[in-house]
Amino acid sequence: MNNAIEVTQLRKEFKSYSSRTGLRGAFRDLLTRNYKIVPAVNDINFTVKQGEMVAYIGENGAGKSTTIKMLTGILEPTSGKLRVNGMNPHREREKFTRTIGVVFGQRSQLWWDIAVQESFRLLKKVYKVSDQQYDEHMGHVIKTLDIGPLLDKPVRKLSLGQRMRCELAAALIHNPPLLFLDEPTIGLDVLVKLKIREFLKEINEKYNTTILLTTHDLGDIEALCNRVVMLDEGKIVYDGELDSLKNNWAEQKEIHFQFMNHVNLSELKSLPLTFSAEWEYDEKDQTYIAYLKEEDENISQLISVVVSQFKIKDVKIHETSIEEIVRNIYEKGMN
Amino acid sequence: MDKYVEMIRMRFLMMLAYRTDYYTGILIYSINIGAYYFLWNAIYGEKSSIEGLTSIQMTTYVAIAWMARAFYFNNIDREIAAEIKEGKVAIELIRPYNYLGMKTMQGLGEGIFRFFFFSIPGMILVALIFPIQLPYNPVSWGYFGISLLLSFVINTQINLLTGITAFFFYNNAGLIRAKRVIIDLFSGLILPISFYPFWAQDIMKYLPFQGISYVPSMIFTNGFSGSEIVYALLQQSVWVLILLIPIRLLWTAAKKQLIIQGG
Ligand SMILES: Nc1ncnc2c1ncn2[C@@H]1O[C@H](COP(=O)(O)OP(=O)(O)OP(=O)(O)O)[C@@H](O)[C@H]1O
Ligand SMILES: [Mg+2]
Repeated sequence: MNNAIEVTQLRKEFKSYSSRTGLRGAFRDLLTRNYKIVPAVNDINFTVKQGEMVAYIGENGAGKSTTIKMLTGILEPTSGKLRVNGMNPHREREKFTRTIGVVFGQRSQLWWDIAVQESFRLLKKVYKVSDQQYDEHMGHVIKTLDIGPLLDKPVRKLSLGQRMRCELAAALIHNPPLLFLDEPTIGLDVLVKLKIREFLKEINEKYNTTILLTTHDLGDIEALCNRVVMLDEGKIVYDGELDSLKNNWAEQKEIHFQFMNHVNLSELKSLPLTFSAEWEYDEKDQTYIAYLKEEDENISQLISVVVSQFKIKDVKIHETSIEEIVRNIYEKGMN
Repeated sequence: MDKYVEMIRMRFLMMLAYRTDYYTGILIYSINIGAYYFLWNAIYGEKSSIEGLTSIQMTTYVAIAWMARAFYFNNIDREIAAEIKEGKVAIELIRPYNYLGMKTMQGLGEGIFRFFFFSIPGMILVALIFPIQLPYNPVSWGYFGISLLLSFVINTQINLLTGITAFFFYNNAGLIRAKRVIIDLFSGLILPISFYPFWAQDIMKYLPFQGISYVPSMIFTNGFSGSEIVYALLQQSVWVLILLIPIRLLWTAAKKQLIIQGG
């Protein structure tokens, strides 16, 4: 079996009800309700090979979570073909779920009122993991994610970052060959994000685990995924390498400066640089913004030149967000 | 099988975490039993027996019916409805187990907890206060045990059915409340079935509810003769089997219909 995921013409429609206005409308709603059929996932195709790490991205409401729910067997597709780990997820649900791990960043799968280790114990039984397998594999997972001291605490007393690390460990108890992560780093601080990324990279290398993750954090993708599948309004608008996506669409970085003393825009514009940078002054925030292409050592060159000439109060590097990339693609068209 | 036992244990632990809620519960149940005791005493007055039950049997009936309720009663229907509303079923469906089976086990874990921490101390308390006649015959205790287990299964099945309706009607709180009243009324908890008018008894014969409270309580109070007991247990078992059918049908339809709320 070579492909972990095969998706052909996959489609999911939702009925979306709209209420009529006024009292009369409310009464009419009682009898017949107005609804539109909205395709949340609109005839998409893609395959993922065993061992790949793929980022599944798009704006809010693009249909990412809906796709994941179909891939994991929770929702039945409206139409289309779906083979995951060689099975039909919805039809062969119980057998299928043994071969996947899932983390929903927005939703806990641990039991709220009892200690984390009790949840682990139950999952160990549910997935029929032997003591030996458990000790070997989970011992390592627990150490790497550094959750040993959390195990005897009830889940409701954990912080978000602590809980998320436990969630990840829980999804891996049966060491599944395929992992779905729906916004696993949402709301986490940088250190926890780094730890989780490191960990995912490690299990991918160690076990050749396939990972499909959705995220709004470009950092996650840069750290983990070579391949990006981008969704917009239920349709795939890009499927390919992250680098070429960024080169084409991320276009520019923004660097925001605030200075101790007054600086003229023209002084900044005439700084000696080996590349071209555009400058703008934002009066409201009193910040000077440099726009430049993210290439070679442009950023460090710019910063070092500016620092050597002016006294700086504050510098911010503004990362292009996925949302901005998507918007760019839409405004300027594909290819 | 292991996982189902583990789930019972899990729920037991959860209940233990909130055990203080239960001490007030015992008090409320005891007050209920006390109120019915005085009510029935007034009704009996000078009469030695009504509808084949003596006044002591009646007191025992009331006490055991309430204590048995602590075992078979659970809020699985409300839990299922909440899990659907909040989209938590998603998590349940990525597990290699049967969701309804697991819910039943959670109910059983809760039942076992209440049996030990509620029914038994409650029964001792009630037996000290009110004149109650416990069965001397170990066979009656055995029949009672079987019957109580079956009553748990029937009640849980009905809860599963009401719970699953949340897949179809987003808000089924009214239905759940109605079901609760129906069960308290028609199961014989408040009034033994033999006290209802004949036409009502005739209808109730064809409903599963008396298997929940009336049957185990009558066995406990020696209100049934030998062959009546066997017949009643059989009737309970038949209902357990019959109820499996609508559960299966409704569940299959529900999974097709399923929409997960939230991202
Ligand atoms: N239960 C539902 N009923 C009706 N419409 C739904 C339902 N669930 C999702 N949708 C619609 O389907 C579309 C896709 O939703 P989905 O949750 O897949 O988006 P997403 O890409 O995960 O977004 P986000 O980044 O915000 O998580 C949205 O327009 C949403 O309104
Ligand atoms: Mg989502």
